[in-house]
Amino acid sequence: MLEIKGLTAEIDGKQILKGIDLTIPQGEVHAVMGPNGAGKSTLSYVLSGREGYEVTGGTATFFGQDILAMEPEERAAAGIFLAFQYPVELPGVGNANFLRTALNSVRRARGEGELDAVQFLKQARAAVKKLAMSEDMLKRNVNVGFSGGEKKRNEILQMTMLQPKLALLDETDSGLDIDALRIVAEGVNASRGPNFSALVITHYQRLLDYIVPDHVHVLADGRIIRSGGPELAKELEADGYAGIIGEAAEAA
Amino acid sequence: MPAVAETLETVSAVTGSTYKWGFETDLEMDLAPKGLNEDTIRLISDRKGEPEWLLAWRLKAFAIWQKMEEPHWAKPGYPVIDYQDIHYYAAPKKKGSGPKSLDEVDPELLRTYEKLGIPLKEQAILAGVEQGDEERLPMAVDAVFDSVSVATTFRSTLAKAGVIFCSISDAVREYPDLVREYLGSVVPAGDNFFAALNSAVFTDGSFVFIPKGVKCPMELSTYFRINAKNTGQFERTLIIAEDGASVSYLEGCTAPMRDENQLHAAVVELVAMDDAKIKYSTVQNWYPGDSEGRGGIYNFVTKRGACRGARSRISWTQVETGSAITWKYPSCILIGDGSVGEFYSVAVTNNHQQADTGTKMIHIGRNTNSTIIAKTISAGHSDSTYRGLVRMMPKAQNARNFTQCDSLLIGDQCGAHTVPYIESRNPSAKIEHEATTSKIAEDQLFYCRSRGLSEEDAVGLIVNGFCKDVLKELPMEFAVEAQKLLAISLEGSVG
Repeated sequence: MLEIKGLTAEIDGKQILKGIDLTIPQGEVHAVMGPNGAGKSTLSYVLSGREGYEVTGGTATFFGQDILAMEPEERAAAGIFLAFQYPVELPGVGNANFLRTALNSVRRARGEGELDAVQFLKQARAAVKKLAMSEDMLKRNVNVGFSGGEKKRNEILQMTMLQPKLALLDETDSGLDIDALRIVAEGVNASRGPNFSALVITHYQRLLDYIVPDHVHVLADGRIIRSGGPELAKELEADGYAGIIGEAAEAA
Repeated sequence: MPAVAETLETVSAVTGSTYKWGFETDLEMDLAPKGLNEDTIRLISDRKGEPEWLLAWRLKAFAIWQKMEEPHWAKPGYPVIDYQDIHYYAAPKKKGSGPKSLDEVDPELLRTYEKLGIPLKEQAILAGVEQGDEERLPMAVDAVFDSVSVATTFRSTLAKAGVIFCSISDAVREYPDLVREYLGSVVPAGDNFFAALNSAVFTDGSFVFIPKGVKCPMELSTYFRINAKNTGQFERTLIIAEDGASVSYLEGCTAPMRDENQLHAAVVELVAMDDAKIKYSTVQNWYPGDSEGRGGIYNFVTKRGACRGARSRISWTQVETGSAITWKYPSCILIGDGSVGEFYSVAVTNNHQQADTGTKMIHIGRNTNSTIIAKTISAGHSDSTYRGLVRMMPKAQNARNFTQCDSLLIGDQCGAHTVPYIESRNPSAKIEHEATTSKIAEDQLFYCRSRGLSEEDAVGLIVNGFCKDVLKELPMEFAVEAQKLLAISLEGSVG
């Protein structure tokens, strides 16, 4: 489904991704772990099409489509969702309004009918309830004055509503206490199924206790240096990144 | 929620390009010869069948105007205006004379207003209400076409409540004492160059009188349309709310697309007595000129309200998206103790538009209170200035003002300026001023686009959010209209 081959990318002339190879089949959850500065967030931005991240080589296809040639909104319509590490505030823009615009934009692009206010509210209220959020969140302005945990839950709410085929979760665990982490993880787990894949980007193993991945990849200095099962995350937790990076360097 | 949802729908439903109101209506016109002199003024006065005192008033204003100089302290620059190259009177030729009922209005004119989305047929409007057409309340409309009012709806319904709503020309004939008492009492003929010009040659506009204790039973509105070529429109509006009366009035305006600039110099006067409330909303959508800056309306307008009575309140809300040049400072003179003045403004400029707009709050009475919220959005090569004056006079004990000016820049070729003048001559007065300037952040755009919004929808959403504090002051129907306008005005401003 998502196939990345030899992907290299730079920002401001500095090469960050140095040749990423990664395949995520439909229905699987993969985790990418790595130290700060390894290129984890860059990978998620390149895949979602953020300006300023220049792809210098390699390919990325999603269901056979070249996503690197697509605009961010086209990628969203194709079913890619990025849960931001730092969700952005939109002053004066109501959360429900934003959510409905987003949902109807992707529905239009996918050739599905738009939801009217009543249908939308019904879905949104159900999703809010599932994520143990207060309905008040729908009335507030997008992320304005939200706590860290509320922002992350809001990302998961958007994901739940937009029903992507691939979710890129960029350090969704950062800044969350254990209760918020559990709620967010439950939100992701509830989306899991044969038509949902995820790339879970994290620094710590902790999140992976709640979202158990099918595969774990270690990203360091712009390359994936090791891949394995969920046990690889435990190994990292025990030994730290230094050990694995050292091993990889020796092997090379 | 439904309002919010509708916003979105309308913003995203807006497609197509640029100015949609730029068509022209082909009518046989009664035109005054080009040029401005005493004969022109006599002709206008004669066409309107005015009494002698009004002609004398006009001629006096003309004499004052001749001694004045066009002001150039505002930021916008423009070529010299040749005041002798303009038709000062343009009216669709009437078949027969006398007061017009809607049935007698030229069908071509009715079609024009239909095309503009302005309902003039009372029966049709009422039928729509009975069928539960959304929450659409009937709205009384005065339709001003070039120099004349062609129809005023719901006059008799309003008259039952004691409310007078008619064109100023009709008011001069039917209520001469009221007009004579208030005309020029807020904006005197010699107030400024454009006000003097207007006083000499004003043609039509609306007259509203709400008697003591009456709450106007429906929204009143005037729709101004400039159609004829090489004409100026000199609108004059007068609204009076007696003790305890209240009214909400809206105006809208459009013009055909032409390569030449056209002048619109209006004067609006509001008078609020004890405990009276006047809410005056404008959605200004004159033709802004093309993307190269050719053509467009010069909108040089003097609007002022006098809060004469205790606890009276005047609110100006404006959404300014049109005109090549806007020069406009709707103001409040807060005379009555405890009176309140409000100014809520969104000014959008794109391409080569220039706007210099703001307000004056003159605090004279004790415990007077004013609020100014001005949002400026500049895109393209445009330039926008907020210019405002807050003045606390010596007797304005415990007067308060709060001002907030926010500017949003789109692109790097446009400008935004804030010029607040603050004068306090009373030590107990309190004045607060806040100002911000920002650009639409790249991360906001990316956030929206990663959720599936197109770049233009994203800009529309962010801009509407930025203007929310002002848009919520507009009557519901106009708010939706205004949001659509914002999106259209900024089309093509990013990317």
